[in-house]
Amino acid sequence: MTIPVEKVSGPRRKNKAEFEWTPEHIPEDFHERLFELEEKGELVVQRVDTEHIEVPVKYGRSKKVPIGHTWHHKSCGQCGHIPGYSTSIFWVNRKLGIEYEDPRDQTSCTAWNYYASATSNAAAQAAVAVRNFAAAYETGRFPIIHCGTSFGHYKEVRHELLAHDQLREQVRRVMDALGKPLVLPEEMVHYSEWFYAMRHEIAKHQVRDFSNIAVTVHPACHYYKLVEGDAIYDPEVYGGQRTAIVSEVAQALGAEVRDYSTWFDCCGFGFRHILVTRDFTRSFATQRKIKRMKEEADPDVTLTHDTGCVTTLDKSQFAAKAQDPSFATIPVMSEAQFAALAMGAHPYLVCQLHWHAADYRPLLEKMGIDHEKAWAEFEEATARLERGEQQYLTWEDADV
Amino acid sequence: MSPTATPTPTHADSAAYKLGRTYPDVPLEEKQRLFDEIKADERFHDYLYGCYECGICVAACPSARYYDFSPRRIAQAAAREDVELVYQQMQEDIWDCSQCFSCLRCPRGNNPGGIITVMREVAVNNGLESAKQALRGYTRIIYKIMSTGTQVSPDMLQADAFPDWGPSVAKVSQKLDLWRRALPPETHHTTTTGWEISTRTLVELYLIWHKTGALNMISELDPSLHSLLEEVMEDLLDEEGYELD
Repeated sequence: MTIPVEKVSGPRRKNKAEFEWTPEHIPEDFHERLFELEEKGELVVQRVDTEHIEVPVKYGRSKKVPIGHTWHHKSCGQCGHIPGYSTSIFWVNRKLGIEYEDPRDQTSCTAWNYYASATSNAAAQAAVAVRNFAAAYETGRFPIIHCGTSFGHYKEVRHELLAHDQLREQVRRVMDALGKPLVLPEEMVHYSEWFYAMRHEIAKHQVRDFSNIAVTVHPACHYYKLVEGDAIYDPEVYGGQRTAIVSEVAQALGAEVRDYSTWFDCCGFGFRHILVTRDFTRSFATQRKIKRMKEEADPDVTLTHDTGCVTTLDKSQFAAKAQDPSFATIPVMSEAQFAALAMGAHPYLVCQLHWHAADYRPLLEKMGIDHEKAWAEFEEATARLERGEQQYLTWEDADV
Repeated sequence: MSPTATPTPTHADSAAYKLGRTYPDVPLEEKQRLFDEIKADERFHDYLYGCYECGICVAACPSARYYDFSPRRIAQAAAREDVELVYQQMQEDIWDCSQCFSCLRCPRGNNPGGIITVMREVAVNNGLESAKQALRGYTRIIYKIMSTGTQVSPDMLQADAFPDWGPSVAKVSQKLDLWRRALPPETHHTTTTGWEISTRTLVELYLIWHKTGALNMISELDPSLHSLLEEVMEDLLDEEGYELD
């Protein structure tokens, strides 16, 4: 699927499709240093040694995305506040017959204490990252990272560990005390890259028609602004001038991707801002993002691929609507939930849309989903829990 | 400590001085010491290469739209080693940054957001007033991250904590236990953590906080939180047979 570069060039600007990096100006590929340190015995590199798909990243390079045998590094925000996000990722894997591990030997990246409060330091953050990588390595499975911030932060950590001998030595001593090797994966893989890689396979299993659905995409800052070279840029999507992440999945599912002028702006999350200076977050999310999307693109849904972005863009809309009843809301979800819905997932038992705030019911109707019937099914299932017939719902219960 | 304009020059190269010297009660030597701490951080030299003063970072910055804040001034003050201005920014500006890193659009390769990360750590380490004020109300988050290894737990969804998120929060809060049990992944049934974490994993995390000095970072900032976390960690490490050096 192609999104022409003219979409980004604007009416009075020449497009930049012809722009190419000259070899001497292309930043160094981190793999060179990674493999050099591996050869010296300074660290262990976990290779992508199972079936994988190569996807395009910046500077004409590619990245290997493993299909299965993955170790899912979950996101605290997704699991805690928008659980349909991780549930949808797992459900799509299961539906495609791909096995994976949902580990208990995993901490979050703890980057809240880095980007929000600065109550951590480079050594602690690197040790937390490497401990998680070592936990994945011990299982023989390849880590796949659910959170955009964890993904971006781990790319930064990788750079710091490769660049600074003293930091590497400090982290090695910590890992020695834990009895674990200093491991870095050959590739840092975000779950949305897996969805990009698997988009055609996902589309083959599509049971709902999305050709009448218009979407806008918010690419997550920490996915592609932090260590920019290691993010998906597809020459077929905006001429490779913008990250193709999420947009290409939506296109593969037959939805129409609509552009808007503030696509580069952040969502307004701000880490500490969403908790302690919430007026900034609310204002930015609604005025710079949702309102612009509505005015310029009028989408049925906005899709993104990070924890904080889904939360901020979704939850902030209530206050804007309360203040101005004419404020037009837009449902917000991850492309994982969108893809799961396309493949026939239950909107509540799998996608858990009842944890979301902006009204998603008109979207479900447009997708041909009877949301009243679906909610009755969810209530019937939870009633079984209340009656003590079951303690938990299972994956089998989710496929009604 | 409130900023006070005074016409008395002590550091004539400083942009802060030219605009009116601030924080006169803090000796220049102390400001220099804090700047040296920033500059000694290994990341600092990856984050700063000079400044064209083009303002691309400001145009991309969400905080610059809503606050009197400029990532360009952050990069410039650091590049000029203007210790007066850097100190002023540590007290007045750095907590406005959204840490989105849109400023990485810089054609010079600067990372003003990264410089701010380092400045914030120095502010925390030294118990600066700005850090205390900025993180007021944030204690629970620090506690959650350091003690549980996850941060955004389901039980944080309380209507009184997020009144501007509307009635959906109260609904989730009322049904929390039931709705968590309705989640198909077995790791997701918890309400106090994002997912279920093994004890061994938590022990390893606590050892990391101790061995990297991360736990001690908050001793100046919030002594009671520091004591509480220290106790929680030592209890588990004792139980699991670990002795700290």
